[in-house]
This record gives sequence, C-alpha cells and structure tokens, in this order.
Amino acid sequence: MSKGKWRLSNLYLIAVFVILYAPIFYLMFYSFNSGGAMRNFEGFTLEYYGEVFQDTRLLIIVLNTFVIALLSAAISTIIGVMGAIAIHYIRSNRPKGTLLTLNNVLIVSPDVIIGASFLILFTIAGIQLGFVSVLLSHIAFSIPIVVIMVLPKLQEMGGSLLDAARDLGASSWQVLTKVILPYIKPGIFAGFFMALTYSLDDFAVTFFVTGNGFSTLSVEIYSRARQGVSLSINALSTLIFLFTVLLVIGYYFINRRNNRPAGKGVRA
Amino acid sequence: MEARARNLYLVPYVLWIVLFVIAPILLIAYYSFFNVEGQFTFENYQKFFTPVYLRMTLSSFWYAFLITLFSLLVAYPTAYLLTKTKHKALWLLLIILPSWINLLLKAYAFIGLFGTYGFVNTVLEVTGIGTKQILFTDFSFVFVSVYIFIPFMILPVYNALEKMNPTLIDAARDLGASPWMTFRRVVFPLTIDGVKAGCMAVFIPALSLFMITRLIAGNRVITLGTAIEQHFLVTQDWGMGATIAVFLIIAMAILMLLTGNRKRGLIDIVKR
Amino acid sequence: MSQLVRMFLLVFLAAFGLMYVTSQLNSSAGYSGGNTLTVYNWGDYIDPELIAQFEEETGIKVIYQTFDSNEAMMTKIKQGGTTFDVAIPSEYAISKMKEDNLLLELDHSKLPNLEHIDSRFMHLSFDPENAYSVPYFWGTVGIVFNPNLVGDLTFDSWDDLWDESLRNNVFLLDGAREVIGMGLNSLGYSLNDTNEEHLQEALAKLSKLTPNVKAIVGDEIKMLMANEEAAAGLVWSGDASEIMDENEDLDYIVPEEGSNLWFDNMVIPKTARNLEGAHQFINFMLDPEVAAQNTEYVGYSTPNKDALTLLPEDISGDERFYPDEELTERLEVYDNLGPRMLSHYNELFLEFKMHRK
Repeated sequence: MSKGKWRLSNLYLIAVFVILYAPIFYLMFYSFNSGGAMRNFEGFTLEYYGEVFQDTRLLIIVLNTFVIALLSAAISTIIGVMGAIAIHYIRSNRPKGTLLTLNNVLIVSPDVIIGASFLILFTIAGIQLGFVSVLLSHIAFSIPIVVIMVLPKLQEMGGSLLDAARDLGASSWQVLTKVILPYIKPGIFAGFFMALTYSLDDFAVTFFVTGNGFSTLSVEIYSRARQGVSLSINALSTLIFLFTVLLVIGYYFINRRNNRPAGKGVRA
Repeated sequence: MEARARNLYLVPYVLWIVLFVIAPILLIAYYSFFNVEGQFTFENYQKFFTPVYLRMTLSSFWYAFLITLFSLLVAYPTAYLLTKTKHKALWLLLIILPSWINLLLKAYAFIGLFGTYGFVNTVLEVTGIGTKQILFTDFSFVFVSVYIFIPFMILPVYNALEKMNPTLIDAARDLGASPWMTFRRVVFPLTIDGVKAGCMAVFIPALSLFMITRLIAGNRVITLGTAIEQHFLVTQDWGMGATIAVFLIIAMAILMLLTGNRKRGLIDIVKR
Repeated sequence: MSQLVRMFLLVFLAAFGLMYVTSQLNSSAGYSGGNTLTVYNWGDYIDPELIAQFEEETGIKVIYQTFDSNEAMMTKIKQGGTTFDVAIPSEYAISKMKEDNLLLELDHSKLPNLEHIDSRFMHLSFDPENAYSVPYFWGTVGIVFNPNLVGDLTFDSWDDLWDESLRNNVFLLDGAREVIGMGLNSLGYSLNDTNEEHLQEALAKLSKLTPNVKAIVGDEIKMLMANEEAAAGLVWSGDASEIMDENEDLDYIVPEEGSNLWFDNMVIPKTARNLEGAHQFINFMLDPEVAAQNTEYVGYSTPNKDALTLLPEDISGDERFYPDEELTERLEVYDNLGPRMLSHYNELFLEFKMHRK
C-alpha cells in the first residue's frame, strides 16, 4: 500500500474511534465540573468522586449490578453451551430450524415486551420480585446470544475429529471435556463476554421485574434522571469505564501470552 | 454423540425455551385479543390497519432502512481497516466497549454535544459555517442510531473478512483487476453473508427503537417500538401494544426467511 | 478445559464475594433489619435529611424506591410481588387505583397533622372523603418562557404559543392529557371534554402549532429550557420552578383561559405490610416544619397552610406558584375519563406527533 493511502485509512479509523468515544469523554470531562451540570465548565473538582464513595445505596446498587451480570453470564453460558451442543447434534433440519428461530426471538424482541411478559410470568409463578426475578430474567435473555456465539464454532469443528476421538476409545464424557469444549472455547468466552454486555446494558427488562428495594445501576440512573442526571453518576460511569478498559486490555495481553494464536479468546 | 447424552443437554435449554420464549409469545398473542376494557375483540387488529398506525409502520421501516444503510457504509470500511491493524482483536474489543456505558447517559452527552450552544455548534461557529439546528432533526436521529448499532454491524463483517482467503485478492490483482473490480467481484461477494447478518442485527432492533426517538429526535420520529412502549407504560393499553408486537414478530420472521436459509441469519454474526 | 473451569470458578467466587460485601453493606446501613418501611416515590422528590430525621425519631428504617411514571408504579403495585408501604401517585392515578382496589383506607385518627392542610386541597373529586389519599404537593400546568429570546412577545394566553415569531422555538412536554388539554383550554373547552367534535377541533388547532414545535420531550425539558435551547415551553409548575432555579432569566405563567391543577398524594397501597409505620410516615410528612423543609428542598407548591407561614416570603408570596383564589377557580383537576377515552386521547396525541412540518 502506498503511503498516502495508509495515512487516509488510518485517518478514517481514528475518526471512527473519536466519534465512538466522544460522548464518553464528554461525560468524563464534566464529571470534574464544579458547576454541577453537564454544561459551562466552571472549575475542576473531585467532589462528585467523593460523593460516589459516600453513597452507600449507590455502592450497593453497583455491586448488585456486577453480581447479577457475573452470575447471569456464567449460568447462561453453561445452559447456552449445553443447548448449542444439543442443537448441533440434532440431525433432522425441521426441529433444528424451529429451535433456532425460537432461540432468535428474544434477541430481536423489544425489551419492553420481554420485560412485560416476564413480569406477568413471574406473577403467575408466584415469584417475589427482587434479586431472584432479575437474575432469572438476565439468564433468560442472555442464553440465545451464547448459543449464537457457540454454534458456529461447533459447525466449524466437523465430525472427523470426534470420530477419531471415539475410535481411540474415548467415552462421551471424555469427548466432551477433552475434544469439544477445548475446541469451542473461544466461542464460549465470546458468549460469556456478550452475555455480560447484555446484562450490564439492560434497563427495560430489569425495570419491569425488579422490586423490594433491589435495583441495578441502569434502573437507578433512569429514576434519578427526573431531576437531571447528577454528576456523581458521571463520576461513577467514569470509574466503571476506566476499570473495564483496564480489565479488557489486561485480559487481552494476558490471554495473548498464554494463548497462541493471538487473541482468539476475546473475539466476540 | 449418543442420543441419551444429547437429550440430557437438551433438557435445560428446552425448558428455557418453553418458559421464556414460547410462554411469552403466547401471552403476547393472547393479550392482543383484548381491548382496554378487558373484552375479547379483534378491535386492535382493525386499529392497526388505520392510517395512523400504517403511516407509523411505513416511517419505522424507512428509518430502519436508513439506519441500516448508513451503518453498513460506515462499518464496512472500518471492519476492513481493522483486519489490517496490529492487535486487531484488541481494537475490535475497543469498538464494543462504548456500548457498556449506559445509553441514557450517552444520549444526554449527545444532547450536550449537539445542542444550540453545544460543542459541535461551537466548532461550526468558529470555522465560519455558522450555527445549525442539529438536535431534534432526522440527521441527529439517524446519526445517534447508527452510533448505537455500529458495533453490531462491524462484528459480522469483520468476521466475514477474517474468514476470507487473502490469496484470492492477490490472484485477482495478478490477473490485472483494478482495486475497485477486486472489491466488487471478489471481496464483497465473499463477505455477503456477514453483510446480511449485520443488516439483520441492525434492521430489526432499529424498527423497535425507543427513547432515542424522544431524547434525540424530540418525538418527531415515531417508531413501532415507541408505540409499544407507550402502550405498555403510558396508556396501559396492553392489548394494542401486544398487537403491534405481534406484527413486529411477524416482520422479523419474514425477514429471517428472506435473508436466506435459516441456518444462516443471525448465526453469521460470529461465524468466522 | 482446565482454563474454562478456572474461569467459571473465578466468576462464581467473585460473584459470591461481591454478594457478601453487599450484604455487609446492607446490614451496616440497616436495610435488612425487621422494622422497615418501603416508600415508593418519584426520584429525588423528598429531602433525604427528612428521611434520616424520621428514622431517628421512630427507629423505623426507610427503604426508598423510585418510579418514573404513574403507570409504571401502578403496574408494579397491581402485579404484587413487592411490599410498598407508602406510595405517592398523582391524582388521576389515585382514582384509577381506587377503582382497581389497589389502595387501603387511611385511619384519620392516626393522622392528627391532617388539620394543617389547606381546606382548598381537601375533599377533591378524585377522593371526596380523603379516605385514601393525603395531598403531598400540588401545582399547575403553564408556559415557561425566556424573555431574552421572545422579543416583544408577552405571555398571558395559550394562543401566544401559536405566535409566528416562535417558529421552531417551543418545547412541549410529552403528555397526552397536557397537550390535548392545552388545545381544549385554548378553545375555551374544559380539559376533561369528551365531545368528539371538540376534540377534533382541538387536534386541528394543535396541528397549526406544529411549525412552532421544536420537540416533544420528557424530563429533559428542564435541562433544555435552562440551556436556552428554545424560547418557550409547556411544562408542569414543579419543573418550571426547577428550571428557574437553574436559569434565573426564565419566567412562568398560568394562561388566563385556565389550565390543569394537579396533585401528588400520599397513599397506602394494598401491598403494605407496615401499616403503623406508614401512618407514622404520612403524619410526619404533614408536620408543618417538616413540610416546609421539604418544600424548600423539592421546590413544588405545598398544600400545607401552616408550613406556608413558615416559609420565606419570596416562596410563599410567589403568585406564579401560589396563585390567588381567582385564578385557582379557573383551574381544573383531571377527571378519570375511563380507559377508553384515555386511550382515545393518546391516539389523538399520537396523531399530533405524526404531523410533519
């Protein structure tokens, strides 16, 4: 490639990244504004960061959010992987297609509908709204994305590898743990990662199914928005954002060192 | 694999499908036959075919189309250039990362950036172009929507590009094809599955966008999603909301059929 | 494989570790004790210091949960599954909740402070005997405007919003009753009108407003008006007072044709567990000193006549938020029009939103 082209293409990528991160830096910038609002930067202050650490309720909510995200991502990954393996081994096309279509329904349904129908469901089932109902809902809407992440890896694997393993006398448990799971590992990681994203991002579903004092960060932000978002929320988002950036970069380089070829595990 | 083991794996998954997919769909279909006063009726379906809702459907599809088109136009070169970088997996992750920040907060940031006295207008003013109304226009709506959906378009296209055999490009170039020819005849056709998957992943959620329609478009754009949200949360006319949802689910099924055989579709998001 | 197992173990360990920390934080903050009271209110609609004071006086721990619309709140209470001891819905929601049997009757003998409420705000149509509700705050709907941006235009009538000089310079709040009500009021009809001809007339009039409307927005209207994104806006008086706190240039009026008078009220929903505590809480909030402090914090109009005397003159004497009897006469409370009419109002509003410039 010629030099001019290289510059142009880099410029394009830089522009994309700048736009993607512009609103986030905007939020971060104003978290230091002593003026108290997301406009007219008056002076530098760390006041809102102090507020975050003094607000026990907010801290509890942040922890709740992470607990729900981690647990729901892990459990939905386990169920999703089992589902993907099962779907992969269904031979006839009809039930397979049906299962896949049903699988995709939740991904494309509007959140409000998912939330409302889950609320009715929990009411019928007599489940108290709170931690359990939120966890169950997050698991429920994360499973399909895991299946979608894992299936292509299974298809890629092909049958000969398994036949070989079985010819060598491996039991089906051994086939699973020694052949299949290691092979689809990148898909599993990607699924876990996406499930985490969905859970952290969700507002509408949680809003419907939460109760009894239990809350997650996005729900809290929405109810606080009535008075205009306080800058302590900006400060909190800045902290969480920096934390995840560090986590992602750290994870990437650790993974790269342990794992060749590079970065397979983090492909989402 | 033995059938017994397979069925064992199937149990929790199918249980999930029955409880959290089939049951909700049935509930929605059931609710769509009741009016606000709780009587059984086909009224909601009649209402859907009145000019108000038909126009809303039409404009939803139009905006979803625009959003998908611009997402593709921005995402394709981005994905292509990403495959050429060092640490490409890391860059890809960094593309996804912004979607972890709360959407409402980002929307507020955009209001600040696009406002009459916002950053963008200050830049326009300084460069001599002059202040423009950006917020509450079709432009800002499409822009922010594309912003939200771009990772979901980049991922499948990126994966399709990665899967492509680079020697094919060399071969095409050796045979004297211009870069444009190579792209049109070789690269694009080979990545068409990724493009299709990306369009699916953007188009359907774009139909049911809400909140952005109010925050960024100032309710100048009404999508089916906005109407559903209104009916469920404001009017409490769950029957009408459910009816629109039924049509949305039908639209989704048709689109999935149209984009080729069922094994593809969304699965291509991560196919490499 | 071992890497997978390790990762999942780590995730579960981290999750349970965090859960442990959360429970520690919860118990140190006293949220898991026996004597608790769950208050379900709008976000930031009470002075947090008062909650602390109540907790200290009574030994009851308050769990404060928030909602962002009456409808969301009603859905939650209707479905059960949660224990809310006190909720603060708006008046039209109260008549609806009454119909659906979602409210418990108040025991007035446990609410001696009820005597401090101005008699104008008692025995209103949505709850004639105040058997279920006690007023918390009240207000009006009107026009907030920026004198620096409107030129010579003065505001005293709804029709002023239709003025050509306001092209693309007006925000409306996103509420069907408010916007259609404005259309009806401006034509001299009641904002509870159900006559189809009148409604169509109002819609036709509103469609002429379309070129002036910059956007129809929700709570952001406060931030947008304070940022001078538009010259005028249709808002609730409570929002107006917050906007004027942010930006002192702005002003608020209630148009002479009349407008809406709204109430937020304290009720005990049927999900309540701690009835004794709920009554204590309501009575506490009715105390003049408490109500006065809360009014200064929230900035809405208080119905508590004895609290009003404790407030500084620049609040209690402000005619924009405490209008005189003559204007109050022309204000109307929203009637419960029934689900079918309400749904019709919403459809008309939807049609109005779909008008393109």
